[in-house]
Amino acid sequence: MKAFLAQTKTEISLILNGESILLAVGIPIILLVGLSIFHLFPISFVVPGIISLALMSTAMTNLAILTSFERSYGFLKRLGATPLGRPSLLGAKTLSVVVVEIIQIIVIMAIGIALGWNPHIDPISAILATLLSIIAFTGLGFLLAGTMSQYLVLSIANGLYVILALLSDMVFPIKSLPSLFRNILSFLPSTALANAFHDSLSYGRSVPSSIWLILIVWAIILPFLAAKTFKWE
Amino acid sequence: MAVVNVKDLVVKYGTSIAVDHISFSAEPGEVVGLLGPNGAGKTTTIETLEGYKKPTSGLVEILGLNPITDKTKLMPKIGVMLQQGGLYPRMKVRQALHLFASYYKNPLDPDKLLQKVGLEQASGNIWRKLSGGEKQRLSLALALIGRPSVAFLDEPTAGVDPNGRLTIRQIIRELKEEGVCILLTTHELEEAERLSNRIIIIDKGHIIASGTPAELMTSGQGEEILFGAPSGLDTVSLSKELSAPVEEQRPGEYKVHSSASPQTIAALTSWLAKNNLPLADLRAGRETLEDVFLRLTTETNPTENTTSDRNNK
Repeated sequence: MKAFLAQTKTEISLILNGESILLAVGIPIILLVGLSIFHLFPISFVVPGIISLALMSTAMTNLAILTSFERSYGFLKRLGATPLGRPSLLGAKTLSVVVVEIIQIIVIMAIGIALGWNPHIDPISAILATLLSIIAFTGLGFLLAGTMSQYLVLSIANGLYVILALLSDMVFPIKSLPSLFRNILSFLPSTALANAFHDSLSYGRSVPSSIWLILIVWAIILPFLAAKTFKWE
Repeated sequence: MAVVNVKDLVVKYGTSIAVDHISFSAEPGEVVGLLGPNGAGKTTTIETLEGYKKPTSGLVEILGLNPITDKTKLMPKIGVMLQQGGLYPRMKVRQALHLFASYYKNPLDPDKLLQKVGLEQASGNIWRKLSGGEKQRLSLALALIGRPSVAFLDEPTAGVDPNGRLTIRQIIRELKEEGVCILLTTHELEEAERLSNRIIIIDKGHIIASGTPAELMTSGQGEEILFGAPSGLDTVSLSKELSAPVEEQRPGEYKVHSSASPQTIAALTSWLAKNNLPLADLRAGRETLEDVFLRLTTETNPTENTTSDRNNK
């Protein structure tokens, strides 16, 4: 237990460090402040969207990049010969994602409220959406990290982050897009997460069961694929 | 009682055989050097003992435990230094030691260990920016922090400067004194000779020789005198002078097939003096470990090994 907690602490310090902290906190805050100051979209849309963006960046992009570099530097291999062991390492990484996400949610909500956001929070739905997204996106993060070279992961994880950020109702409302395109995008885990947050944090609506279904399916498929394909070395 | 026990170990990768029926054991306080050319099967053997690779057949036991099925029991008791890497690229030296210390019940003091391996100066640097030698020192420290009973060191001094080598060798000697069993791989023959109680020479997955350094070095083929002098000497004339066959093994390296009696040595040196030739070195009676190694690995693999091993040296 001591080892697991020390490992989690280390993982958190690695996420909140250098380029990772920019992705975890810097970019979301810049977008949040920028989008609200210029009144591009209603703040009730912006805050939940930015929270989902921040969660995605931690669970997918940061996790994938850190883990893939650790894999290529032989750290994952080395840990296989310590009492901590590799399954506990992945557990510690996942717990570190949870802790960092809680920090992100608190910071972004606080800034949102300062900028005039008026929350209508359904805590159960919001927590459930957060948990499902952690499972789905850490699954995606490990899927990338465990199968590709670190440089490929670096570009794919960042590229995917930008594409999903733009097309998932996170920073930019997709309701102006053609309906066919919009329907396809609604199947993305990122879109489902953003919409679940819009409903459960801002609009005071219940989250439609179709969104839960999409999140649950991704939360099963992605970790399953990661577990099947992950290579330690 | 043996703490490392390997019997008839076979490891295959697909159809190619990396380790072919290897058996050996090691006791507490013993340093066993696994020696062999690149691709001989040293790392595969050691990684099987560390639980990374599954034996295709045969028995592997460390402290009476199976490295794969008894992993949780075994890991607190062993220390591992991988051939390369093994750390977070962005982790600082001191941070790494403290983290690894947290994995073990009764770890060494990270700061004292830092001093012992000579890394105090670099303690605030991140892994990625360390020199090759500093990385090796840190890897060694991480292998030792949990007070292991058995330590596996895969090429511990590769890429380390002469000073660092002395430090690492000193640490290995101290571990030996404390009763730790150490398995090290190297293709540095001199290192194996200096550190090991016992050397196992592996080539193409087989053990081709084993014994104490002294045993290996006297197991040569009969008595001989080896000496270095300018290349292209008149070996025929020298043979007559010494009444023993003389051959030039490699340019500038000669072997006299004769016992190293004071008379023969005197005759050799006076012949050199008469011809005004310098003597580079002279060895009698014993082969160096390098001679043994080259002889054995060249016998099994006449074309490839001689050059590559000389380059590795």
